[in-house]
Amino acid sequence: MDTVQSTLGQVNIASVIIFFAFVAITLAITYWAAKKTKTTSEFYAADRSISGFQNGLALSGDYMSAASFLGIAGMVSLKGYDGLIYSIGFLVGWPLVMFLIAEPLRNLGKFTFADVVAYRLKQKPVRIASSIGSLMTIVFYLIAQMVGAGSLVNILFGFPYEYAVIIVGIVMIAYVLFGGMLATTWVQIIKAVLLLSGATFLVIMTLAQFGMNPITLFEQAAIKYGDAVLSPGGFVTNPWDAISLGIALILGTAGLPHILMRFFTVPDAKQARKSVFVATGFIGYFYILTFFIGFGAMVLVGQDTVSSFDKGGNMAALLLAEFVGGQFFLGFIAAVAFATILAVVAGLTLSGASTLSHDLYVNVIKKGKTDEVGEVKVARIATLIIGALAISLGLIFKGQNVAFMVGLAFAIAASANFPSLLLSIIWKKFTTKGAVASIITGSTLAVILIILSPTVWVDIFHNPEAIFGLKNPAIISMTASFAIGIIVSLLTTENDAADKFEDEKLRTYLGIGAE
Amino acid sequence: MGIKVDRVNDILSSEKFKDLVKKRLVVSMTLTAIILIVYFGFILTIAFYKDFLSIKIGDYITLGLPIGIGIILFAWILTGIYTRWANQKYDKSVRELRNEILEK
Repeated sequence: MDTVQSTLGQVNIASVIIFFAFVAITLAITYWAAKKTKTTSEFYAADRSISGFQNGLALSGDYMSAASFLGIAGMVSLKGYDGLIYSIGFLVGWPLVMFLIAEPLRNLGKFTFADVVAYRLKQKPVRIASSIGSLMTIVFYLIAQMVGAGSLVNILFGFPYEYAVIIVGIVMIAYVLFGGMLATTWVQIIKAVLLLSGATFLVIMTLAQFGMNPITLFEQAAIKYGDAVLSPGGFVTNPWDAISLGIALILGTAGLPHILMRFFTVPDAKQARKSVFVATGFIGYFYILTFFIGFGAMVLVGQDTVSSFDKGGNMAALLLAEFVGGQFFLGFIAAVAFATILAVVAGLTLSGASTLSHDLYVNVIKKGKTDEVGEVKVARIATLIIGALAISLGLIFKGQNVAFMVGLAFAIAASANFPSLLLSIIWKKFTTKGAVASIITGSTLAVILIILSPTVWVDIFHNPEAIFGLKNPAIISMTASFAIGIIVSLLTTENDAADKFEDEKLRTYLGIGAE
Repeated sequence: MGIKVDRVNDILSSEKFKDLVKKRLVVSMTLTAIILIVYFGFILTIAFYKDFLSIKIGDYITLGLPIGIGIILFAWILTGIYTRWANQKYDKSVRELRNEILEK
């Protein structure tokens, strides 16, 4: 079956039309949202008007990136079962978000997760440190998405890389700049619905080739490529590596600023909880679909063909779409994949802009003294800055191997953002110095260790051997971040912070005083 | 709605509130422990007992398939269990305590 023909790389009319229809509809929504986006609460949090179900869909739209759709389907198509192990890591963070973070975050915070970390502590040092953790997570994630967008469009439509990066950048800036959180939310909801229905349809069309029986699909895969595709393979060679990656994926999910920010868009803790239930359901369903899609591509398209288009397998889902549904369906899935990137970068940009404006400008430079109109204006300027940065970084990193940056973003989120957030919620004796030390330790260690790890030191710098043996640093950087945060807090006393902890409980548990 | 300031300390030190805080801690920590044990148990099984997941339960189908997909479903069901508990039990106590502390 190695002779499968594909129109990938040629301009696909259906795809271009569907993609521009998506852009037109979402810009129309942005126009509508812009009229409702005047105050800070409207700009950062859609005036807390999003329902739990809507937010659950938007969360899944924010989280299901093109990397998880194309990348995991590709990994499954080439490696079989190992792709599923990866998906499970991405999903298991969600229950933790529910049990540990979602409700207290909603009750204590206003617009950013730094609101919660800084709630009892000294605003200036904590906000600065949290912003460093946030911005590093956002920037590395953004680079991976922008470079992915450029390369994807280049392969799909034959458009030059630079055009793709600039188009994505400008459309995404338009959503956030004019429509704030309301427009961003609807872009994510529409994208989630398109991606989920596209992937469902793709799976149905694939299973139709196997008498609608998934077991036949797996059996065919084993007959064609051997029993090994249905068993764990080389994914876990070093258990420490696997555990470290697992920590980064699950605790990182609970420390991603653009995900945490979504919990401020719902009216109360109950809806925050419902959001996570809905999001976990959709994301889990989606990962099960990508597993079937990967096996479908393995059997119907063939591993040789999949890897001939992209050696990482990233084109597997698209090749399968063309095989089972022809050029039109390929166009549809391609457009959805591109729309996916737009929704994710819009969420990241809004989150980065809110860190710059709400945490750094308003609470550090202006010490909390600004008016509504002033802050929204600053937030919009910050959106332009982050948007311009995203476009520039997308252009600078053209052709670079940026796959490790998603892993790095998760490692920083797990090591800098998550420990300080959790400790500030649950531990009375947490102090300002403890928080700052924890964040600085976690983010610095994550970055240094990943540079010295095989992912960068060997794969990118081409050194023969890595200085730090693990591919993902989270097991060290997260543990160090917690340990330093606890030790420094125990060595310092901050009576003010401990006193406020009791009062804070009314807000954490009962939602009294929550904004 | 204002807060009855004189009631705040009474509520904070009341058995009912302490009970609420404790229950939430127990439920969330138990569920957290369960999901972490399941997930890292799975990863360690892959690392040390890979053969277990390769056991055939059909002509070709391995035990790893239902277990892997099962973990995804299980994670979702756990969030459902928490939501149900919180909606039915936790929120009720929260409402009662709120009524005591907020002026109508």
